[in-house]
Amino acid sequence: MVEQLPAIIVLLPLFTAMLVLLLGMWRHSFALPITVIGIGLTLFATVKQLMEVILADGHKITYYLGGWDNPIPVGIHLAVDPINAIVLIVIALVGFITTVYSLARVPEETPGKIAQFYCLFLLLICGLLGMTISADAFNVFVLLEVSSLTSYALIAMGNSKRAGVASFNYVIMGTIGASFYLLGVGYLLARTGSLNMADIQNIISSQDLYNSPAIHVAFIFIVLGLMIKMAFFPLHGWLPNAYSYSPSSSSCILAPLVTKVSIYVTIRMILTVFGPIYVFENLGWSNIMVWLAVVSIVAGSILALSQTELKRMFCYLIVAEVGYMVGGIWIANHWGMVGAIYHIASDALMTLCLFLAASLIWRQTRSHKISSLSELTKKMPFTMAGFVVAALAMIGVPPTCGFFSKWFLIRGGIESGHWEYVVALLFSSLVNAILFFRVIEICFFGKKPAEGHGHHEADHSNQSTWNEAPPAALFALLSTASLLILLGVFNDPIVQLIKKSLIDLPIIGIG
Amino acid sequence: METLLESFNYWVYVVLMMIGLFAMITKNNMVKKLIGMSIFQTAIILFFVSLSVPGSIEQGVTIPIVDHSTHHDSHSETTGDLHAHEEPPKDEPHKSPEYIYANPLPHVLMLTAIVVGVATLGVALAIAQVVFKNYGSLEENEILKRISKIDG
Repeated sequence: MVEQLPAIIVLLPLFTAMLVLLLGMWRHSFALPITVIGIGLTLFATVKQLMEVILADGHKITYYLGGWDNPIPVGIHLAVDPINAIVLIVIALVGFITTVYSLARVPEETPGKIAQFYCLFLLLICGLLGMTISADAFNVFVLLEVSSLTSYALIAMGNSKRAGVASFNYVIMGTIGASFYLLGVGYLLARTGSLNMADIQNIISSQDLYNSPAIHVAFIFIVLGLMIKMAFFPLHGWLPNAYSYSPSSSSCILAPLVTKVSIYVTIRMILTVFGPIYVFENLGWSNIMVWLAVVSIVAGSILALSQTELKRMFCYLIVAEVGYMVGGIWIANHWGMVGAIYHIASDALMTLCLFLAASLIWRQTRSHKISSLSELTKKMPFTMAGFVVAALAMIGVPPTCGFFSKWFLIRGGIESGHWEYVVALLFSSLVNAILFFRVIEICFFGKKPAEGHGHHEADHSNQSTWNEAPPAALFALLSTASLLILLGVFNDPIVQLIKKSLIDLPIIGIG
Repeated sequence: METLLESFNYWVYVVLMMIGLFAMITKNNMVKKLIGMSIFQTAIILFFVSLSVPGSIEQGVTIPIVDHSTHHDSHSETTGDLHAHEEPPKDEPHKSPEYIYANPLPHVLMLTAIVVGVATLGVALAIAQVVFKNYGSLEENEILKRISKIDG
């Protein structure tokens, strides 16, 4: 049973999705419990998988689908290493927490389509888990499209009229991204004749294809395609609308996971397919890419500063955070990579916490505007407590995980001499501090009288009445907030695990 | 001219891809964008299928079926060596002495990619329908005008 875990992790959400659709169409009340059980089991399987990886002393566990374990890799393989296992847990955990949150929200937001919503939701998780675990370059494309197609549909389910337009733009951009990735895989196949990630790297290093133009083109297409998917700064256009007009249960799963999994796939492409020597030594892109990341961080922060709506502000913060991770990858040293991988986990949870808080605030106040949040702490104290923890994590205040990921990234930046990256990180922290303290000030102390408008006062005549969110959703928010602190306090075992799997690699391995 | 003919289908793939990208980025009408998307995806399918031919197209290849009546050693098909070469049948008028198979792997991959493309197009058309229901138009500038009218 234990050795079948990699397959179970991907198949469990897939079959649960089908079950939810079949039984949920018949009786609406069946959809919720089946989803909770399915995601719960998936989460359990991912945790068990991580324990297996730790037992295997950080070695890669390879699973041969259909028993195709010929010496020449012909079948589809799944591979789990410590980094992978952490990302899998993060996906399942975010999925589980969002399910708990959505128990109260989905019947409100998409009435009559509960089964359909959860079917798409589970398929999205299946696609993301598959992208993370698959060791086959083409299989990653298929699962990337599974997750993309479901996310288009999840966004278009939004009640806002603009959800359709936002989703359509995402379809166009997402298809270009996925097609570029597919083209890159095509060039790899043409030159190496293989689709298995480890096998491709073997062929590249043993046949000395480091200067082959086909490999260069493949790398450019793959990285460009994934950059569109991860909303790297000049290519981020689809993200803010898509995430702010979708139903809140959709945006709570999409915003933390989709961009982060694309970043993980990029890391995997660099480490497992092309190899650090090719990417960081032969290509010599490090400086350009770090500068692009700096532009992304600064632009994302400034755009976030100019937003007046809470959710849109968070969307631009995601763009800045993507810059953190891309920069961490391309500064090409040990701490940068450790920071980037750790930040995948911490940023997924931070973004989840922010979006949960923003969705709950919207549910209670029916307003996206930051200026209408005045004295919210009196009305929804628990929601605001979760929001404040997420805000502190985004700024990078010590006991939370946000501090540690920034610490590792800055350490990597200093060690490799990329001072522009260090400055950009500090600038972004400063902007986060300004942004969140502005919001927190309004929430705690209300607006200054000069800024208040007459009709707002009329809207909120019952200023300080208790108006807290539903308990299940509140539980989801508060458990995410406590996870942010736990992830920060217990950062050491996670970092040791990441370091152990990076230690053998050239360039990045030197601790 | 010679090189152009030799890699003719690769040129077609590049041209088709450019047409598709151009339509996706510049067209104003949503359905035209989707037509561009279809062309773009088809170009990639053409690229992959062209990959399956080892060497130049002039040489010609056959379908990847191992002829057991003349070739008893069936081991080569199980090792996964997809470019397996075989002795030519006697009446085959090939210039090259070897009898070359098309690599079936890209074809199989493209079956999956076609399915993915159809699914994407289906979802995109459904979304375009939702947009049309909400705004009564598929022209992007028209939709933007209506959005700003609602907001303003």
